Amino acid sequence: MSESKPRALPQSIDETVTLLNEADYVADRSLATVVFLSLKMQRPLFLEGEAGVGKTEIAKVLAQSLGRRLIRLQCYEGLDVSSAVYEWNYAGQMIEIRMEEAAGVADRDVMEHNVFSEKYLIRRPVLEALTGTPGAAPVFLIDELDRTDEAFEAFLLEILSDYQVTVPELGTIRAEEPPIVIITTNRTREIHDALKRRCLYHWVDYPDAERELEIVRRKVPQANSRLSEEVVAYIQKLRGMELFKVPGVAESIDWASALAELDKVALDPETVSDTLGVLLKYQDDIARLREGESVRILNEVKADLAAAG
Amino acid sequence: MMAGNGVEDHAAVADPEGRIADNIVYFARALRKAGLRVGPAAVTDAIQAVLVAGIGTREDFYWTLHSVLITRHEDHAVFDEAFRLFWRSRDLIEKMLAMLSPLAPAPLQKEKPRAGETRAGQALQSPNREERRQEMEPELEMDARLTLSSREVLRGKDFAQMTAQELAEARKAISSLIMPHDLVTTRRYRPDPKGRRVDPRAMMRFGLRTGGDLILPRYKSPRRVHPPLVVLADISGSMSQYTRVFLHFLHALTESRRRVTSFVFGTRLTNLTRQLRHRDPDEALAECAAAVQDWSGGTRIGEAIGTFNRLWSRRVLGQGAVVLLITDGLERDNVEALAQEMERLHKSCRRLIWLNPLLRFEGFEPRARGMRAMLPHVDELRPVHSLDALSDLCEALSAAPRSRARPPAAPEGLGKRLPA
Repeated sequence: MSESKPRALPQSIDETVTLLNEADYVADRSLATVVFLSLKMQRPLFLEGEAGVGKTEIAKVLAQSLGRRLIRLQCYEGLDVSSAVYEWNYAGQMIEIRMEEAAGVADRDVMEHNVFSEKYLIRRPVLEALTGTPGAAPVFLIDELDRTDEAFEAFLLEILSDYQVTVPELGTIRAEEPPIVIITTNRTREIHDALKRRCLYHWVDYPDAERELEIVRRKVPQANSRLSEEVVAYIQKLRGMELFKVPGVAESIDWASALAELDKVALDPETVSDTLGVLLKYQDDIARLREGESVRILNEVKADLAAAG
Repeated sequence: MMAGNGVEDHAAVADPEGRIADNIVYFARALRKAGLRVGPAAVTDAIQAVLVAGIGTREDFYWTLHSVLITRHEDHAVFDEAFRLFWRSRDLIEKMLAMLSPLAPAPLQKEKPRAGETRAGQALQSPNREERRQEMEPELEMDARLTLSSREVLRGKDFAQMTAQELAEARKAISSLIMPHDLVTTRRYRPDPKGRRVDPRAMMRFGLRTGGDLILPRYKSPRRVHPPLVVLADISGSMSQYTRVFLHFLHALTESRRRVTSFVFGTRLTNLTRQLRHRDPDEALAECAAAVQDWSGGTRIGEAIGTFNRLWSRRVLGQGAVVLLITDGLERDNVEALAQEMERLHKSCRRLIWLNPLLRFEGFEPRARGMRAMLPHVDELRPVHSLDALSDLCEALSAAPRSRARPPAAPEGLGKRLPA
């Protein structure tokens, strides 16, 4: 699985499931289907879902298990072409001009050609992503697209439909093989339909108890099975409550490892109360649980698990 | 079967034995009738995707179609229901199409046991006037929900159409509207000779025009744009006389600036953003009338804001959104919950402006308990003395903020952050 040896793409949904599974990503069938289609049809994969359900992880796992380079573009408000696509090395260009003047180059075209050459081009993620060779196209992760503004979204539309970028001073740069594009959004704003239409859409939901237990077991092997079961059951119950922000899978993993670090073998009310900050990130939610709901849920969890044997 | 290379197998679509392509086309048509946005390109994609994935299990087939035909999480329930009905057996297609057709909804609506179907049914109601009345007759399923609260009254509403003069006045009023604190500095730049930052890229480009002999400084300054605006308007009984003005206001606002999200609430919260995007104000209002079920009913401000906080705030309050809350603040239910939800709302947005039409009475004091609970959590309280036309609303919003004579004003935007 070294980065230098790109692996072939999976040829069926089953192979995709296995691929993700081998890399310790416990995916359900729906996700595997859409990942497979996206690889096969060379269409961007658009993943939407709450924070901490493993959207970004998919890109990392794909890059790792397919042996591809992972190029990540973290979006933020005001992201522009010079930090997303390319930038010229101005200092270098200035020196080039002075040197050429000193050398007595008079031809303006030659000078322009030298100044705006690849040598002074600083490649940013988008341009990097278009440099894949056949069979080894990189995984291009466009993370948290909802954080940027519509202007960038519109620009992305152009890239994703043709997989090419035009640098006015240099010409058009086209990908030999389109990158494997994965777009994630937390839905802090709606992404325009036009962009979504070019992608395969998938809503990444919270996993069910069984799958979440599998995830916790794999990611936190140091937690014993009873603790993992209780953690997962507790969090599943929390998700049923009307909290401002319910914990995601990332929180489950964090909590399980926190408890394992504390050498706990089972949940008890005091520990839960002390470590709630790992799970819930809003004071209102924490206060509500500390007021007694936590104990009630814990009792329910213990009773359920006892009943299940 | 049809596995293999998708593109070559495209020919197989025309194969009379390969009925699946036809069925996908029918299915897409059914989805479209259910109000989903499924374009012709999506149908081709769907067929191709099915060919690529091969028809294995029912589940694989389901998710294959889902990934191509669905682009919004909200549409999942409708898709799920449509898929269940459509692919159960062949003769159900006709039935399904009949059910999805707005012409004959009555007999089939009775056998509706599932959650997805309600939405499918509702989405299908065409915005025609006659049918709107039909929709407002309580259906079987609605009855069950009504029992949750005796106070909730579902009512339809008819708005008088807009006259040409009204329309012109509305446009004029909106164009003169200056929202308070309405420009935010972005991290994008535009060329500006008076700017304070050097623009090296432009310098280099212009410098080369003279062959690099002369590289003159060029400047840029940050671009300023309108922040997203979220409007929460109260349409309960006590506010009903203003509703038409609100909706016209919202429509004109949606038309004139980017990123406006509109919600109305009485006893439940309804998102009207998509409906209001209709160019024609009368059509937009008709669509709104059809979408909202609790016109002029009771008020549950706290609950409505709570729902907004939970389901929408993270989705629409990003990037420094300003919230405009239009309500009289007459809360009848739980006042403590209202205070809590207001606090949460206030903390989630850049600025919370409360527009209150009750203040038209001279010497009005915010005595009602609900109002007192809300006041500490708003940045600005804007009174509207008379609210007969849209221009009154715009005037109230454009006016300079009042001096601090009013009781407990909140500190301005202290320690406010967006939720992650």
